[in-house]
This record gives sequence, C-alpha cells and structure tokens, in this order.
Amino acid sequence: MSEISLGTSIAGVPEAAPRQPPALTTGPVAWLRANLFSSWLNTALTLVLGYLIVRYAISFVDWAFVNAIWSVENNQTQACRALKASATPGACWAVVTEKHRFILFGTYPYEEHWRPALVCVLFTALYAVSAMRRFWRKELALIWIATLVVIGILMWGGILGLSYVPQERWGGLPITLILATFGLAFAFPLSILVALGRRSSMPAVRVLCVAYVELIRGVPLISLLFMASVMFPLFLPEGINIDKLLRAQVAITLFAGAYLAEVVRGGLQALPKGQYEAADALGLSYWYKTGFIILPQALRLVIPPLVNTFIGFFKDTSLVLIIGIFDLLTAGKTAVVEPAWQGFGVEVYLAISVIYFCYCFAMSRYSQNLEAELNRHRRR
Amino acid sequence: MSAAIDTETHLRSAVRTDAPPAILLDKVNKWYGAMHVLRDVSLSVATGERVVVCGPSGSGKSTMIRCINRLEQHQEGRIVVDGTELSDDVRALDAIRREVGMVFQSFNLFPHLTILENCTLAPIWVRRMPKKEAEDLAMHYLTRVKIPDQARKYPGQLSGGQQQRVAIARALCMKPKIMLFDEPTSALDPEMIKEVLDTMVGLAEDGMTMICVTHEMGFARQVADRVVFMDRGEIVEQGAPEPLFNDPKTERLRTFLSQILRGH
Repeated sequence: MSEISLGTSIAGVPEAAPRQPPALTTGPVAWLRANLFSSWLNTALTLVLGYLIVRYAISFVDWAFVNAIWSVENNQTQACRALKASATPGACWAVVTEKHRFILFGTYPYEEHWRPALVCVLFTALYAVSAMRRFWRKELALIWIATLVVIGILMWGGILGLSYVPQERWGGLPITLILATFGLAFAFPLSILVALGRRSSMPAVRVLCVAYVELIRGVPLISLLFMASVMFPLFLPEGINIDKLLRAQVAITLFAGAYLAEVVRGGLQALPKGQYEAADALGLSYWYKTGFIILPQALRLVIPPLVNTFIGFFKDTSLVLIIGIFDLLTAGKTAVVEPAWQGFGVEVYLAISVIYFCYCFAMSRYSQNLEAELNRHRRR
Repeated sequence: MSAAIDTETHLRSAVRTDAPPAILLDKVNKWYGAMHVLRDVSLSVATGERVVVCGPSGSGKSTMIRCINRLEQHQEGRIVVDGTELSDDVRALDAIRREVGMVFQSFNLFPHLTILENCTLAPIWVRRMPKKEAEDLAMHYLTRVKIPDQARKYPGQLSGGQQQRVAIARALCMKPKIMLFDEPTSALDPEMIKEVLDTMVGLAEDGMTMICVTHEMGFARQVADRVVFMDRGEIVEQGAPEPLFNDPKTERLRTFLSQILRGH
C-alpha cells in the first residue's frame, strides 16, 4: 500500500472540508420553525391552541390535584358536594378511596378480597411471562394451564380450606380479565382455523366458515349476549343449568373469533402465491406448509390489526353489564348508586379508565416491539 | 446479452435409454376458462436427459412444466412422473413432489427463514432427516452454489443471483431425481445471469434430469440434449439444439429465433 496521508488529494484538487448542513435546518429550533411557525396562519394557530392547552391543563390540574379531596370520614360527602358547587371545583377522589375494593372486586365477600386480588396479579404476571420471547416454549402451555387452574381454585374456593364463593358473587376486574383472557385465548386459534377454512378447497368447510363469520358479524355483540343469557337456557333440558358467565364467555369468544378470522384472512391473502407454490413444490404437506411457511408470515403482517381487535375486545367485555354480570365497569357504575355517593361518577369512571388504559396501552406498546422484532428479516 | 457460456463444447449426453422415461406427457390439454393453453402436448423425457423449452411468451411453456408437479392441473391427457401418474391422489402427489425439484422465476425463498433454514426445512420435515445431517447437506449444496458464507443471512439480504442460487440449493437438498426450471434467469440483472447459468451447467454435468424453460440460447446450445419449441400451447418443433437453431423447419420457429437474435 502506498502511504497517502488522509486529507491530501491525489489530483492536486484541495480536499473539500466535511460539509455541515445549512444552519437552522436541524435541531429543535428548526423543527419548531418548520412545524409550528412556518407561516402567519400556522403561528396564529399555534398560539391559540397553545393558550387553550395550557389553560385547560391548569384547570385540570387544579381540579384533579390541587383542590381535590382524597378521603372523607364515614361517607360524609358534604365537603365534596360543597367543593363541587364552589367557584374552585375539585375532584372527590374520596369516592375512589372509599369504594375501590367494591370497584375492583364487586360483591365478592369482603374478607376474601385477597383471592380476587391475587387472581388479578396472576393474570397480569401470566401476560408478562407470555410476552417474553424467551418463554416461547412448550412449557408455556403448562404454565398457562397451571395458572388458570390456580385462578379457578382461588375464585371458586371450596377446597384447601378456602370458602366456596358462587359465581354470582364474582365481580370487578377479575371478571374483565377472565372474559378477555379466555375469550381471546380461544378466539385466536378458532379464528386461524376459520380463516384457513374460508380458503379451503373443500366446499363444505368453506361454506361453514363463511356462514359462521357472516352470521356472527351481522349481529351486534349485545344481541349475542342476550341470546346467550336469555334464549339459550330455554333450549336446555330441565335441570341443566350452564353458568351465566360461561355462556357470556362463549358468546364473546364466538364474536371475537369471527372478527379475528377476517383479520387473519387478510394476512393469508397478502402473501404472494409463490410462497404457497414453493412450499408445495418442496413436497410439504398442507399442515407443514401452513405451520412453517404461511402462518408465520401471514400473522406477522397482521400484528397491527390483530392487536387493534384484541384491544377492542378487551374493552368490549364491559358489554356483559347488560346481562347482569359484574365486570369492572359495572362495578364502578354500581358503586355510585348509593345515595351518599351519587354524582361522583366522573371520578369513578376516570379511575376505571386508568385501569383499562394500563392494559390496553401495554398491549399496544408490546405489539409495536413485537412487530419490529419479528419483521427484522425484512430489513436489509 | 447471452451469458458468456462456452458454446463450442456441448456436454456429453447422460441420457439413459435403458430406463423408463422420467417424465411422460401424453396428449395433455389444459384450458384457463375458454382459453386453450395446452393443446395435445406430448413429450417424453428420458432419465438423465436435459430438455430446454423455449417459445414466445404466452406459449404455454411455463404452464407445461408447472403441470409436471401439479402446481397447475391439466384437464385431459396423462402425465406420468417417475413411474407415477398424476391424479387427485394427494399421497402420490406428495411422493412425486419430493422427487421433483423446482426453481421459479421469482425465487420464492421463504423470507422469514434464514438461508440455512430455507434449505433444511423440507429435508427435516418431509424426508425426516436429522437436523444435523440436513444442515451438513445444506452446507454441501450451498458450497456447491458458492455461497456457504451467507447461510445465516435472510433472503432479503442477498442479491437476486444469490437468491436464485439458494433456491437451486434448496431444491437440491431434497435430492430430487428431476429438476424443473421455470425461467430461472428472467428476473435477474444481466451480470447475475451467468452465475446462475454456471450453477445449472454444473448440475447438468452431473447427469441430472432437467427441464428448463429459458431464453438463454447459449445455455441451450451447451447443455440441452433436446430443445422443444412451443407456440400457442403446442409443441411446434423439437430436436437437438444445433440443427434446430441453424435450420428451423417451421416459419414460427424462424420468426421466434429472428426476434430473439435481434433482441440480443
């Protein structure tokens, strides 16, 4: 190698110094100029909206924190009511501190509340473990089964010295988590089968799957829940009674399954035909082809709409209130029925929203990571 | 832009006339709707024979070789591959597909699997080969197509020519008796065509039974035992490459050859 010192040009042309981008095209100041103050109209809009945001943020902080009442003695809500009517209104978080156990666990026997609390922790831990890719092994199925059995024992009791609690008394967050977890855990595999069935070469299978999707999608979830709770028992023989929660669970599973099936089908259709042909040409059987080539690619493609549907159904479980099942939202609604606490719904609903938001936002963030991780092969 | 293949020396023929034909098409007909895309196509390919199929686009050549491993279904006539007739019998079809490797114009590698996984998937799950053995086999063929160092990458990280060579290695890992090539170089940049053709010539030297749809006349001259010219769904003319190209009997082949030569 010849020794040419860096910076010396070979042809005698002076080496250009490394060029910086023109001043004020990068950095926060440039960003502000480009996005907020690029014209007099944008500047005006920025100022007006900025004023409104600051003003309402200040009012909200005043209401939620500065003027708020955090607890009261013996359901004496006069202070709260006075505050509400005053010139500087504030939130009455006392309703949440007072009623939080009822909101979270419904009519579950008060002294046994540690059981549903533990169930909520177990569910959340189960989600967390399942989300970690290093646990994606066969043992995960065993973990699920074991956890769900423990959850069942905790909720029902009746053995191991736990007192029996009938399902009618369950309520609050555990109900929401049970409905969402079982609903989606069964609906997702079901939806994959239905999506595959809709593209099957066997006419009977195809017709069945199309009929299922169209029938379920054609009716509101509320009417399905009504059918499950009111009509379905009429068809059962005398003396047989299927748990109301189970019936609602089946209705939700079927409903979610139909929607998810269409999402999965979208992924199947997005795959190039060549992928199917290459798998066929290698002699892979239908299930190997589907399991190794088609589904891994199709499901990755539809992670955003899948999670969208998951989040939607997590919240849709609250519709069971119309058939008298005590989920988180229903419990919150019932908490403010008591005369002393009437009129403090906003605080309760805000608290419940925070709980829903935590679960839904976690799902959303996780799906973004998963998508980036699983689609790494697309990057060059 | 014919790839720089030495057309002087034709490969020694490996045709085995003592064995039954590897592939037999007998009056095969196929329609897409009302369009008649294969008309009474009859073709017998001996074990070890290398057949190049050429013809204008839409002449049915791709459809014909896709019928051989039943990616397309023919409606009339018989197709016998390696002694088994193609029918609706799924098990027989899987058995045939195991013995027939296919290389596509658009590579069709599995983008979510690494190069090595692309090559070992079918041997492990279809041939029931132990993983270690399948990986050794895959590395053997990847070495043969001269890209062993890319084994851990994903298809998207490779050039088109490299991807097509991986596709060839993937098909070879099933140790097929017959290889079908469906315009393997048509989607490639000119500078990558040669590397793929070289790989195919190497395969031909080993006596693989091959049917190759291609417009690479240099390749046809060098390796083909027989060139089949198709037009409008029928086999118009066939024979050894030199007499066929130098002295076409039909007007259609003459027109086709003049068009190709002008294009090059």
